[in-house]
Amino acid sequence: MDRAVDRRRPLSRTRGSGRLGSVLLVAVPVMFLGYFFVYPVVTIIVTGLAPDGRLDLAPFGAVFGRPSLLGVAWFTLWQAIASTLLTLLVGLPGAYVLARYDFPGRRLVRAGVTIPFVLPTVVVGSAFLALLGPGGPLGVDLRRTVWAILIAHVFFNYAVVVRTVGSYWERLDPSLEQAARVLGANRWQTLREVTLPLLRPAIASAASIVFLFTFTSFGVILILGGLHHATIEVEIWRQATALLDFPVAAALAVLQLVGVSAILVAYSRYQQRRSHQFRLRSAATARRPTGWGARLVVAANLGFMAVLLGTPLLVLVYRSVRTPSGLGLAFYRGLTERTGSGLFVPPATAIGNSLRFALLATVLAVVVGLLASAVVAYRRGVAARTFDALLMLPLGTSAVTLGFGMLLALDVPVDLRTSLWLIPVAHSLVAIPFVVRTAVPVMRSIQQRLRDAAAVLGASPGRVWREVDLPLVARAGLVGAGFACAVSLGEFGATSFLALPTNPTLPTAIFRLLGQPGAATFGRAMALSTLLMLLTGLAVLLIERVRVGKLGEF
Amino acid sequence: MRNRITILLLAASLAVAACGDDAATTTAAATTEPAPSELVLMTHDSFAVSDGVLEAFTAETGIVVSVLQAGDAGTMLSQAILTKDDPIADVLYGIDNTFLSRALDEDLFLPYTSPRLDVVPGDLVLDAEHRVTPIDFGDVCLNYDKEAFASSGLPVPETLRNLADPRYDGTLVVEDPASSSPGLAFLLATIATFPEGGDYDWRDYWSDLAANDVLVTSGWEEAYYSSFSGGSGEGDRPLVVSYASSPPAEVYFADPPVEEAPTAVITDGCFRQIEFAGVLAGTAYPEAAGRLIDFLLSDTFQEDIPLTMFVFPASTEATLPPVFVDFATIPDHTATVDPAAIDAHREEWIEQWTDAVR
Repeated sequence: MDRAVDRRRPLSRTRGSGRLGSVLLVAVPVMFLGYFFVYPVVTIIVTGLAPDGRLDLAPFGAVFGRPSLLGVAWFTLWQAIASTLLTLLVGLPGAYVLARYDFPGRRLVRAGVTIPFVLPTVVVGSAFLALLGPGGPLGVDLRRTVWAILIAHVFFNYAVVVRTVGSYWERLDPSLEQAARVLGANRWQTLREVTLPLLRPAIASAASIVFLFTFTSFGVILILGGLHHATIEVEIWRQATALLDFPVAAALAVLQLVGVSAILVAYSRYQQRRSHQFRLRSAATARRPTGWGARLVVAANLGFMAVLLGTPLLVLVYRSVRTPSGLGLAFYRGLTERTGSGLFVPPATAIGNSLRFALLATVLAVVVGLLASAVVAYRRGVAARTFDALLMLPLGTSAVTLGFGMLLALDVPVDLRTSLWLIPVAHSLVAIPFVVRTAVPVMRSIQQRLRDAAAVLGASPGRVWREVDLPLVARAGLVGAGFACAVSLGEFGATSFLALPTNPTLPTAIFRLLGQPGAATFGRAMALSTLLMLLTGLAVLLIERVRVGKLGEF
Repeated sequence: MRNRITILLLAASLAVAACGDDAATTTAAATTEPAPSELVLMTHDSFAVSDGVLEAFTAETGIVVSVLQAGDAGTMLSQAILTKDDPIADVLYGIDNTFLSRALDEDLFLPYTSPRLDVVPGDLVLDAEHRVTPIDFGDVCLNYDKEAFASSGLPVPETLRNLADPRYDGTLVVEDPASSSPGLAFLLATIATFPEGGDYDWRDYWSDLAANDVLVTSGWEEAYYSSFSGGSGEGDRPLVVSYASSPPAEVYFADPPVEEAPTAVITDGCFRQIEFAGVLAGTAYPEAAGRLIDFLLSDTFQEDIPLTMFVFPASTEATLPPVFVDFATIPDHTATVDPAAIDAHREEWIEQWTDAVR
C-alpha cells in the first residue's frame, strides 16, 4: 500500500457538528434502501418460503432437482458474462472516441447513444425481429438464437460502457500517456500498460452494471430468445405470475440474489484494492482529431454506432411514417384523435406523466446516490463493502420480487402499496447504481494532496469539498443523472408488477396501443416510440448542459 | 463506531422486515355498513373504459370508483392472493376461467348474487355459489390472412386437425402457453379437441404441428405484428392464434378506413375466455361492492366493452356496435376445459407441450 495517506478522509477529520452530518450521510441512503428495497424483498421471500410461518425448504429441492432449472441458472450466468465482454469490447473504443476527440455533433452523439437504453423491449424487439430475420440486411436468420440475445444486449448496454468509462477517460490527465510515449512506448504498450490500468475502476464499474442488467434480462430473452432460452428472471416471472407457484419463485429469487451478491462482493473487494489516486482534470481533455489515423478511428466508431444503434431505431422511425398512403405524418396526427376511446391517451398527458416521474426519480437517485457514493468511496472495511454491494443489488434483483415485495410490505407505517410515489422510488432504486458507479471511481481517485493543500491554505472542510471534490464529482453525478432520467423514462424495474392508479406514461401508452391489432394502432405505437426517443435524447442533452458551481465546461 | 451504525440500521431494517407479517392484521367487515365515498376496482392492464362511464355509477350512488391496474391477468391474481389478508381493493375484475379455480381455492371472494345475473347466459356462469360474476368473454381463435390464402390457392383450414397436414407446413404462428394467455387458451383448445386417452391425443397433435414447423413466440405482439402476414402483421405466416374480435379491430383501427376485414376467423377449436368480477373478501363495504358488480352488468358498462376492450359483453341485453355485428364471429361451439382441471394440470401440460414442440 503505497497510498499510505489516511483513507478515512474527509469525514474522519470533521469533528463536532461534522459527526452528526456524517451519521446523516450514512443514515439517509441506508434507510432509503432498507425500507424500499431490503424490507420488501425479505418480506416477499419469507412469505414465499414460509407461507404458514414455518420455513419450508422443499422448493429449493424442486429448483435443484430439475435439470431444466439448473440449465436456466447456467444459461443466465454465461450469457451475462458473454454479453458483458462483448459490450466492453465494442464499447471501449466508442468511449475513447467520445472522451478524447472533439468533433461536430459530439454532444448529440453522446446523448443519442442513451436512446436505445430507454426503449421498451417489445418495441425494439419488433425491429430486431425484422433486422435479424431471413429478409434482413444480414441475410441470415438469427431469430431465436443466442446471437440475437447477445446483439440486443450490446445494443441496450452500449451506452453504459461509453458513458461511464467515457466520462472518466475524459478527465484522465493525458500527461502520463504522453510521458510513456516520450519514454519510447508505442501506442499499444501505452494503452495496455498505462491507460487501461488507470481506467480499470471505470471499466469495472461499467462491467458490473452491464453484467447485472444482462443477468436479470427479461424482455430481450422472451422476445428474441424463443423457447429454448430462459434466464432466472424469466423463470421467476413465469412461476410467480403464470403458474402462481410462490414457493418456487421465492427459491429462484434467493438463488438469483445469492448469485448476484457473490459477484458484487467480489467486485467490491477488487475495486477497493485496485483504486488509484491520481490527477483527474475538471476540464475536458478532448481535442480535434488530427491526422488520418485519428480521423479513421473516429469515423470507424461513429460508423459502428450508426449501424448498431441507428439501424433498429431507424426501422422504428420508418414504421412511424410509413402510412398506407405513402410516407407521411398521419400516425402522429392520429395520436391526438380519439378513435377507440378506451385506447386513447392524449400524448401530452403521457409525456407530462413520464417527465414528472423522471424528474422525481432523477432527483431521488442523485441525492441518495451521491450520499451513498461518499460512504462507499471514503470508507473502508466490511461494512462499506457490504453497503456498496447492497446499493447495486436492486439492479440484480428481479422486478417481480421487488414489485410484489413492495405490494406486500409497504403498508407500515403508512400504506404506500398503491401510491404513485412508488414509481419514482422504484425507478430510483434502479438508477442509484448508475450514480454510484460513476461517482465512486472519481471520488476515490481525487488526490488527497489536493485536499491537503487546500486545507493548509486555510480552506474549511466544506470549502475543500466544494472547490476540489465537487467539480469532479458533479460531472460524474450528471452522467448518473442522465441514466437515472433514462431509466425512469423507459419504465425500468418493478413498476409493472405493482397495482397502481391509472397513470399513462409513454411506455404504458405504447403497450396499450400495441395491445390491439390494426394498422393505425401499430403505426401510432411507433410514432409514440419515436417521441419517446426524441424526449430521451433531449432530456439527456439538457442534463449534460447543467452547470454546477464554478464549472465552466463539461 | 460509524461502521457499527451502518450494520445496526441494516439489522433494524431486516428486523422490521421479519416482523412485517405480524403487523398486517385483518379488519373484519363491519356488519352495518356506512356508505363509502370511494370504491377501489382492481383490474388488469387491458382494462379500458370510455370517459363518463364510471361517472354514471358515481351519479347513481355517490361513490367514486378508482381503478388500480395491476399488470396482466396472472400478475393481478398473484397480487390479489398476496394481499388477501389486507386487500388493496374492494372489487376485482378481469380474472378469467383459466385462473378461476385457483382464485376460488384461495377464498378471495365473497358470494354475491347480482339481480342483473338474469341477463347473463347460463353457460358463462361457472361458479354455482356466485363468488364471481361473468362480465365479458372473448374467444381465442385461429385468424387467417384472407389475401395470402386466396393467392396461394391453399384451402383455408376448417378444423384444427387440418393443420397437422404437411400442406400447411410453415404457415402457423402460436404463442407460448407458459408466457401468454392466448397461447395457454389455444393449448387448452387442443387438449379439449384431442383429449388424453384417445389414440391421437393433443401431444401427438403438437408433435405433428412441430413437424410442420409451427412458430412459437413468447407473446401475442410478436406473433401478430412480427410473424403474421395478415392485416397489420409484418411477418410471413398466414395463420395466427389471436382473438375472434381481431378482424373487427383490424377494421376499426384501419387508417384509411377499409370496407372489409383483411383477416378472418376459423371457428373450429376456439377457446372461450370468460372474465369475471368478484367482491374481495376483506372489503369494508361488501354491500357497495355488490352495487359496483351490478353496474358492471348494466347496459352502460356492457355496451362500452366491445370498442374499449375488444371482447364481448356477457349481457344478452347489450347492443353490439355495428363493427362487431358486421365483422365479429361468435363460434357456435367452443372448446371447454374444466377450470379445476386447468389449475391442477397447468404446469404439467405446459411441460408436456414444451417437450412436444421442442
